[in-house]
Amino acid sequence: MSETGRWYGDESGPMVRLYALTKGRARPVGEYLDVIALVLAGTRPEYDLTLSPEQATILELCRDRALSVAEVAARAGLPLNVARILIADLLDAGHVRVTQPNPPGRLPNDQILREVLDGLRAL
Amino acid sequence: MAFVRSERPTRRAPFTALKIVIAGGFGAGKTTMVAAVSEIRPLRTEESLSQAGARIDDTNGVERKTTTTVAIDFGRITFDERLSLYLFGTPGQDRFWFLWDDISHGALGAVVIADTRRLEDCFPSVDYFERRGIPFVIAVNCFDGSRRYRVEQVAAALDLDPGTPVLLCDARDRTSAKEVLIAVVELARRQHHANANANGR
Repeated sequence: MSETGRWYGDESGPMVRLYALTKGRARPVGEYLDVIALVLAGTRPEYDLTLSPEQATILELCRDRALSVAEVAARAGLPLNVARILIADLLDAGHVRVTQPNPPGRLPNDQILREVLDGLRAL
Repeated sequence: MAFVRSERPTRRAPFTALKIVIAGGFGAGKTTMVAAVSEIRPLRTEESLSQAGARIDDTNGVERKTTTTVAIDFGRITFDERLSLYLFGTPGQDRFWFLWDDISHGALGAVVIADTRRLEDCFPSVDYFERRGIPFVIAVNCFDGSRRYRVEQVAAALDLDPGTPVLLCDARDRTSAKEVLIAVVELARRQHHANANANGR
């Protein structure tokens, strides 16, 4: 926790509790995390006792497979932007990896689109 | 570094997630369509207006009981462990445009579900995707007992750009919903090729 009394940005440090987040930061700072950005945990929650229960839950959810930001929020029972803030903090602390989707206007390569079409036809 | 301590090294093939937005008027069948093709029971996440709606600095620390929450329903289709497609239903009311932006950012394409009993309900959706250049198809949800229209009539009524696909569908039916999604992906591909050719010559 910061000694300057500020609660946002880098000052908040890796350990920030949910109540502090919802009070101090309405929106995530830093990189915009898409609703389908994929989150994969690299740390098991028991390794870092400074994690909030909500952050530990997120790490558990993303342990075995990458989950989208929206899915993390839904499964953790958190509002979307609160989940975004917590994930961004986990990312800053090196606890998760996040794969962002293609930026707008840039389609994935055609091989991937063909895989999607084949996959949909096979449903 | 936390990753160094990890028991599970995360060296894997890159993951790809894509999204298609399902829009349309209230009660047109958005969540129904998501549910018809999603492999998971549709999930719901919420956003509150006080957080995302305005750039107010909400630091008073008091829990707001008057906050309006807006639900976003979504589903997922996983093709393999690296590739998944997410389907996001838009919030029903048009005043939540900021959430539409959040969901539609970088979307592969969109479906606008039209209910011919209230065709005007999908005007805002059509307008939204046209303005942002997001490829979209119109899926006319053929409710039981609703009048059947020909796709040409719907296209004319909605004043669609030529080439905007219009399909008849049953949002409850998996095969039907699947065909709509295939049409979106094919349209996105066509538009992408057309843009690439236009830019490359």
